[in-house]
Amino acid sequence: MRDVLRNPVGVVGLVLLTIVIGAALFGPWLAPYDPQLFHARSRLQGPSAEFWLGTDQYGRDLMSRILHGAPSTVFFGLGATALGVGVGSVIGVVAGVAGGKIDSIIMRVLDGLLAMPELLFTLLIVTFLGGGTTQAMLAVAVTFAPGMARIARSSVLSVRTREYVMAAIARGESRAWIVGREVLPNAVGPIIVEATIRVSFAIMIGATLGFLGLGAQPPSTEWGLMVAEARQFMFRNPWCVVVPGVAIAITAMGFNLFGDALRDAFDPKRNRS
Amino acid sequence: MTLAYLLRRLGAIVIVLAIVTLAVFGITMVLPGNAALMILGEHSTPDSLAAMERLLGLDRPVWVQYGSWVWGVLHGDFGMSLRLSLPVAKVVGDAFWNSAWLALIALVGVTVIAIPLGALAALKRGSAWDLVIGFFSYVGTAMPEFVTATLLLILLASPEWPLFPAGGFVAPSENMAGFLRHVILPAGTLGLILMAHISRQVRSEMADVLSSEYVRAARLKGLRGRRVVWRHALPNAMAPAVAVISLDIGYLLGGIIVVEEIFAWPGLGRTLIYALQNRDLPVIQAITLVLAVVYALSNLLADIVIAWLDPRVRHA
Repeated sequence: MRDVLRNPVGVVGLVLLTIVIGAALFGPWLAPYDPQLFHARSRLQGPSAEFWLGTDQYGRDLMSRILHGAPSTVFFGLGATALGVGVGSVIGVVAGVAGGKIDSIIMRVLDGLLAMPELLFTLLIVTFLGGGTTQAMLAVAVTFAPGMARIARSSVLSVRTREYVMAAIARGESRAWIVGREVLPNAVGPIIVEATIRVSFAIMIGATLGFLGLGAQPPSTEWGLMVAEARQFMFRNPWCVVVPGVAIAITAMGFNLFGDALRDAFDPKRNRS
Repeated sequence: MTLAYLLRRLGAIVIVLAIVTLAVFGITMVLPGNAALMILGEHSTPDSLAAMERLLGLDRPVWVQYGSWVWGVLHGDFGMSLRLSLPVAKVVGDAFWNSAWLALIALVGVTVIAIPLGALAALKRGSAWDLVIGFFSYVGTAMPEFVTATLLLILLASPEWPLFPAGGFVAPSENMAGFLRHVILPAGTLGLILMAHISRQVRSEMADVLSSEYVRAARLKGLRGRRVVWRHALPNAMAPAVAVISLDIGYLLGGIIVVEEIFAWPGLGRTLIYALQNRDLPVIQAITLVLAVVYALSNLLADIVIAWLDPRVRHA
């Protein structure tokens, strides 16, 4: 953690993450108005003392909508990543520990799944499951699992032949003990780094699904959906698409920068930035 | 890089494609509502549905259907679109070229701009150039395509100041200037995100190479700075950059889906979204297969280029 803070990239990432997670935890209480309340007389306005970030096509306060949308957007990313990383890591660790035929069958199937562009795969699964926030989250998780499985497998493999594992085998420890106490703790670094960066992808894919009408449904305050709904009016009031767009970018950037700094901290050889 | 290696890689690609088609076939099979229902509509009678299912061969076991689909594809027959009453090969073929133009222009444009930018950032580490390029690349990777596209539209296609059309397509064979005017915003959207990625990678590789022993040796030998950069550093930083570009093709193939939808570009992505919304199963299957083939072949091509750039891999 200290290494992360010594890195300017990490500091910026941490600051952005604090803002974003603060908004996700306390946003709904901080919002000055009801996010669904129509202010009929002040539609499509720019920022003012009354509406800090302006209003959308129904006169809804953009600031309140962004703050109310923060939890769903951020927790979508965290949830989808946690699910995908969890399932993927289990598959990868099983493949890496088992080795042999099981390993090569699992890897072949994963190669097949990874041969599809991510967004295409997600779109197929969402169509199969039907649109909606939960479905979109599951779809992103399923899309992430093969890539995570690969990373988990390769980090298990790199640990498996180390001396301390050999020593544990020689001591006659049980297989489960070796995996749980020696292999996993040492293989977990790359998985955490990848997971942090993946949260930003998950948030972007989630917003994209919302934008395409396949994720959250109106009148939700999910940020991607906000951009989609306001797009018709974007030339009359750019704020109503710029505000949610920038919010998505800040969130994704926070996780991205923090993940990069984590990677450098875990791996001193990569200390370049 | 021998013939045997190439054949082995092609064999692996065939296996991967078999898995992809099986997965896609599986997903489309379990989608609610089959092709017969799609054609006849919700109010069809069970009798007519059964008749249509027999006509389309949907009453056969799934593996027979899969086999006959693969057989058709190997003979260039992708079936008929359920919605457009056109052969899928025609629908997807036209869309493929429109997408290919868009992707190619984005990719070439980006490569030409991003590699020198990344090298510049590495050469002037810590300078204002480096900071600006670095900041820009972080922002670029943090914005989904639809946000970048929307921002570009507001800036460059607003009704008061329309520099470029907000969407649409002109065939290059009809009107080259019109085509170029229409391609700039969608290609620019894809390009901005790719550029962020590639320039960052080139920068970090270049920074590594510049601090290596052989570059120091070349400097100590008294070679001029420019010759060191062009002759010794850049070629060695290129191989990893090509690897990233080939990974980015996977991103690009996903990115065109959203970008084509936003800019009304009649390519594979827009066709795919139409097919997904209307459950046009043969079109979904064909487009997925095409995208997977392009992705697999571009990865193979990238590996060949990397081997050509890096003698250590070439002779391995």
